[in-house]
Amino acid sequence: MSQNSSSATAKISTYLMLIVLIVLALAIVALVSAAYMYESNMQFAVFLLATGVIAMGLSVYVMFQSRKRVAHMKIEAPKVMTTIECKKCNFKSVREFQRGDFVFKNLEPCEKCSENKLITAIYKEVKEKEKTYGV
Amino acid sequence: MVMFTAMNVLPNLFGGGGDSISSILSMVFYVIFIVFVFYGQRIQMYVMIREVEGSLYKLKYIKEEGRKITIETIKEIGKPQTDPSARVDRYLESFTISPQSMDPAGIVYKLDHIIDVRDASLKDEVKIMAPESDEVQVNNLENTLEAAMALNYIYKVVRHFYIQGKKTLSLYVIMQLQMILPLVMKEAEAYASALKAFADGQPIGDGVGPWVAAKLMHGYETRKVPKDCVVASVPIEGRTAFIIKAEGPGGNVGKPGEAVTAVIEENKGKIASVIMIDAALKLEGEPVGEVAEGIGAAIGGPGVDQFKIEESVVKYKIPLNAVIVKEDIGDAVSPLRKEIADSVDKVIERVKTVVLERTKEGDKLIIVGVGNTIGIGQ
Repeated sequence: MSQNSSSATAKISTYLMLIVLIVLALAIVALVSAAYMYESNMQFAVFLLATGVIAMGLSVYVMFQSRKRVAHMKIEAPKVMTTIECKKCNFKSVREFQRGDFVFKNLEPCEKCSENKLITAIYKEVKEKEKTYGV
Repeated sequence: MVMFTAMNVLPNLFGGGGDSISSILSMVFYVIFIVFVFYGQRIQMYVMIREVEGSLYKLKYIKEEGRKITIETIKEIGKPQTDPSARVDRYLESFTISPQSMDPAGIVYKLDHIIDVRDASLKDEVKIMAPESDEVQVNNLENTLEAAMALNYIYKVVRHFYIQGKKTLSLYVIMQLQMILPLVMKEAEAYASALKAFADGQPIGDGVGPWVAAKLMHGYETRKVPKDCVVASVPIEGRTAFIIKAEGPGGNVGKPGEAVTAVIEENKGKIASVIMIDAALKLEGEPVGEVAEGIGAAIGGPGVDQFKIEESVVKYKIPLNAVIVKEDIGDAVSPLRKEIADSVDKVIERVKTVVLERTKEGDKLIIVGVGNTIGIGQ
């Protein structure tokens, strides 16, 4: 599966980046103003400082969120495994799926008993556990 | 005098009474309050539009990826002389018109015919697009193309309501779309996952029925029955079971309705029971791969096969039993999960219990594994 981001992804990040940059610029202005006003009007300087810090925090948060969304947009191919068994000597092995594999496909003879090996299962492992919501 | 009073009252109204910071904060609060009173609904709508827009971009990405995977797979497997992109694009936009239902008598056979024509046309199209592919690969490519078509359609419908909502600025159009969006996205993601599985020929969750049937018939002689199905006569607990499944390992659901009817007619209706095995949608909270049994025809799709099976069993008064494996829509069309693979032996045990409890020794019965047999042989 392709890992390239599409034009749609790029469009989202451009739009978001513009907003983030504006908020970031305003936050910097607020912080600089706070530094200038510190001696003449301390109360207002503290107010500007708080506003600047909050705005900067928010813009950084949005930037991280948008990056996360871009990462989430990639279609992930799950890892699919193939189980191979020898019915005669009970030899069992698991390997990654290869194109052409199918359940009950006869494979090459077994190394131990020369009986043909058989694909007995093809499945994907799901790592995350489902939430139970306590009910 | 009046001016003087107002000057004194105003700062107190905004709180603080002379404290400049609290005055500013109060002023901001009042402005926000007034803006929300007049424009609250509009702001809510813009938030929803943004949310829908984000999902729409994601759908567009998934749809484009689907198209790309389909074209790449056709090129890789079918080795066409010319670029198949234009043909794929043409097929992604194709449609099927369901039969008129004003007079519903005979609609099942009309629908059956339309589905047959669509299927044949899709197969022919795939053969032209991918001339080097064998029968199994044609079936897999057909399924891949169908998944890409589903993604294209989902994207277009969501885009339609999004643009309509934006054009009319109707909160209710946007709200309806936003409310169903999580379910739509889940389905689209499932199809995206299915696309990769179909392209590679991996078994999907829906294939649990054919897998059980394949395990029961493995090692026994099989023969073809109409349409695109195989049947094997297998002794089970002193009874003779006719095991039916779609012919694999290519992506194929067959026509179990016709196959069951054919086997019942071959045996002149002397069948003690029909047991159907299928994947079924689970409710939230139920574990994936849970096995349950019941009564009736366990088969999805447009309803044609269910109708035919019900007609045949009613004709000869044959009991109809079902064993299902629970999974959600995402599991049903994406590569088969381990929990579902592990349930195959449990289903076989459950089928044997049903056979022992509901039939007598020497009886004949039919066991049908319903579903897409992609990646599952026999």
